[in-house]
Amino acid sequence: MTKKNKKSGSSGASAEEHRSDLIDITQKRFRIGDYLAEKIIKGVAFLSITIIILIFIFVFREAFPIFNTSNEVKQPGVEQPKQAAQETYGAVTDSDPKPETQETYGAVTDSANKPETQETYGDVTDKPVVPEKEGLKNAKLESASKTGKSSYTVSAGSGTDDNQSAVKTLLTKDWVPVSEKPRYGILSLIVGTFKITLISMLFAAPLAILAALYTSVFANKRMKEIIKPTIELLAGFPSVVIGFFALMVLATFLQTIFHYDTRLNSFVGGIAMGIAAIPIIFTITEDSLTAVPKSYYEASLALGASKWQTAFFVILPAATPGIFAAILLGIGRVFGETMIALMATGNAALMDLNPFESVRTLAATIGAEMAEVVFGDTHYNVLFLIGSLLFVFTFCINAIAEFYVKGILMKRIQGK
Amino acid sequence: MITKANKNIKGIIIEGVTLISALIIIAILVIMLLVIFIGGKDHLTWEFLTSFPTEGMTKGGIFPAIYGTALLVIIMSIAAVPFGTITAIYLTEYAKENSVIAKTIRFAVRTLAVIPSIIYGLFGLGFFIKFVGAHIDGAFFGGELKWGQPNVLWASLTMSLLTLPVVIVSVEEALRTVPQDLRAASLALGATKWQTIRKVVIPGSLSGIMTGTILAVSRGAGEVAPILFTGAAYYLATLPGLGDQFMVLGYHIYVLTTQSANVDQTLPIQFGTTCVLLLLTFILNMTAVVLRYRIRKKKNR
Repeated sequence: MTKKNKKSGSSGASAEEHRSDLIDITQKRFRIGDYLAEKIIKGVAFLSITIIILIFIFVFREAFPIFNTSNEVKQPGVEQPKQAAQETYGAVTDSDPKPETQETYGAVTDSANKPETQETYGDVTDKPVVPEKEGLKNAKLESASKTGKSSYTVSAGSGTDDNQSAVKTLLTKDWVPVSEKPRYGILSLIVGTFKITLISMLFAAPLAILAALYTSVFANKRMKEIIKPTIELLAGFPSVVIGFFALMVLATFLQTIFHYDTRLNSFVGGIAMGIAAIPIIFTITEDSLTAVPKSYYEASLALGASKWQTAFFVILPAATPGIFAAILLGIGRVFGETMIALMATGNAALMDLNPFESVRTLAATIGAEMAEVVFGDTHYNVLFLIGSLLFVFTFCINAIAEFYVKGILMKRIQGK
Repeated sequence: MITKANKNIKGIIIEGVTLISALIIIAILVIMLLVIFIGGKDHLTWEFLTSFPTEGMTKGGIFPAIYGTALLVIIMSIAAVPFGTITAIYLTEYAKENSVIAKTIRFAVRTLAVIPSIIYGLFGLGFFIKFVGAHIDGAFFGGELKWGQPNVLWASLTMSLLTLPVVIVSVEEALRTVPQDLRAASLALGATKWQTIRKVVIPGSLSGIMTGTILAVSRGAGEVAPILFTGAAYYLATLPGLGDQFMVLGYHIYVLTTQSANVDQTLPIQFGTTCVLLLLTFILNMTAVVLRYRIRKKKNR
């Protein structure tokens, strides 16, 4: 209604445009273009909020059926009439003509010949049953697709029973998603993720914080102008490149130093992820150190403290909340890092606190297995559940960093 | 006197430790660059860049991957840059600094920036492919599988969500460098708010929009996790269209290093591909850093 009124008003105004221009300067003239532009801008601004809400809804929506143990759960068996229950793992539509795909996962688990992983990926039967496109239509292997990866389907036994028992295994330590009795114990994945996060933080946090301290307190202006952009460049390194570097160079290098057995382990992965987290920690720490008022620095020097005493006992404590936020965001980055985890950690789901053993992180599990699962399967839902866990975790970390820490920092600096 | 000398030595040591930390970080960067560049420089030939992979990926070039990456970042930029710019304009020009709405939007943007990229992949699969795509198929193609499967379009849109905060932050920074006096002058001359934005604010911050676009492109070209299951393909014999899957540099590296049986055979190609990707993102980031540096200088002046 109001829109219509305004429209008619505008046409009326444009009829006597030139006159009103001359006479009435104080009164704002209505312009349809401006009005629309303003509305569009305001609408688009809410896009980022909408996206967050949509991510919430859609990631949780796909994870939800796990907890729904009634008969409505989608059974993979219904959707795949051709290939159901031929063998333990069902049939495989190998859409790629190249021979490499047969051993798709052999290479990944090479370094960590753990029984679980062999069981998971070993028994893929290569059977080009139907031509690519028809196969997709018939079997509705939507998620598997024609990426050239071999796709297998879990045999459809009693869907709901499997589902119920699968949910019960969630809090165990066995992650064996593809077998006759799939077990989805995510505890070992969680432990692995925390282990690797700890290692990477022990490596990255001191390095980045000390470097930030140097840049903001000790360095002269020219040094500052070299260090800051360089570390910004490091932030631009794609994680797949860091993963490649860790896999090819770092793993061998560290093995010759420390002489451990498994070449790809959480130590290598942790260091590589630390490299990815350094720029984040550095930038935020540097910002919060620079935000400490100059008067603190001057007062400390005037009282006879030396430069390093000022740096460590005055400026660093004043910026603690900011540094805390920096580490939190670094943890968030490492926690959700996928490509480095996929490439450099060995990917064996072990419940072990030894840093020189292979680990499998939550994010890597999603990345490695999502392309192979059947849409609507329990495994699919569990992977989305893991995704929801990651999402909630990083969301909380960001919220803490944002509100709690910044609140303290502002109060402290403003002296309230 | 003794205590003072002690203090000095301590000070020098401590300053030295912080300096060394900074140097270690720079050294890591330089080593990574050098190792990958030296490993891949023999492969940086015109032929490698413009030919298809042959003999089961063990020989040949990476042209489809480069083409796919270009396609991805172009569609992604078309989606992300306008929306990012408009959001930034809203935040600087319309929203009041401390209003609840502005705070919420800022929080949302920062959250978008820290959400792990794999979550975007899940979202792309759950929303674009299984929801939007499947509904398009149901409505227009009678349930035939056309858009309800991974392809370039969905992968690019997923990637554009990931790069949206990058654009917003850079553009906002640039918009703030446009002096308030210019806005006031424009308004005083009788221009409306929208005219001021269009004719004064946006032209004044074009370099910032450029920076944001470049950073977004470099981020989008390097990320792999969001497209793992929204469109990336291992091998394609033809160049992809909008509804097809596609090869990407980053995914190519991942597949060659971990998923193929003959890792040693493809080692030169792996280094070559990584080198191309790294040089691409590095040059883009370099440009962005220089542009941003100039913007900040302008602001401080």
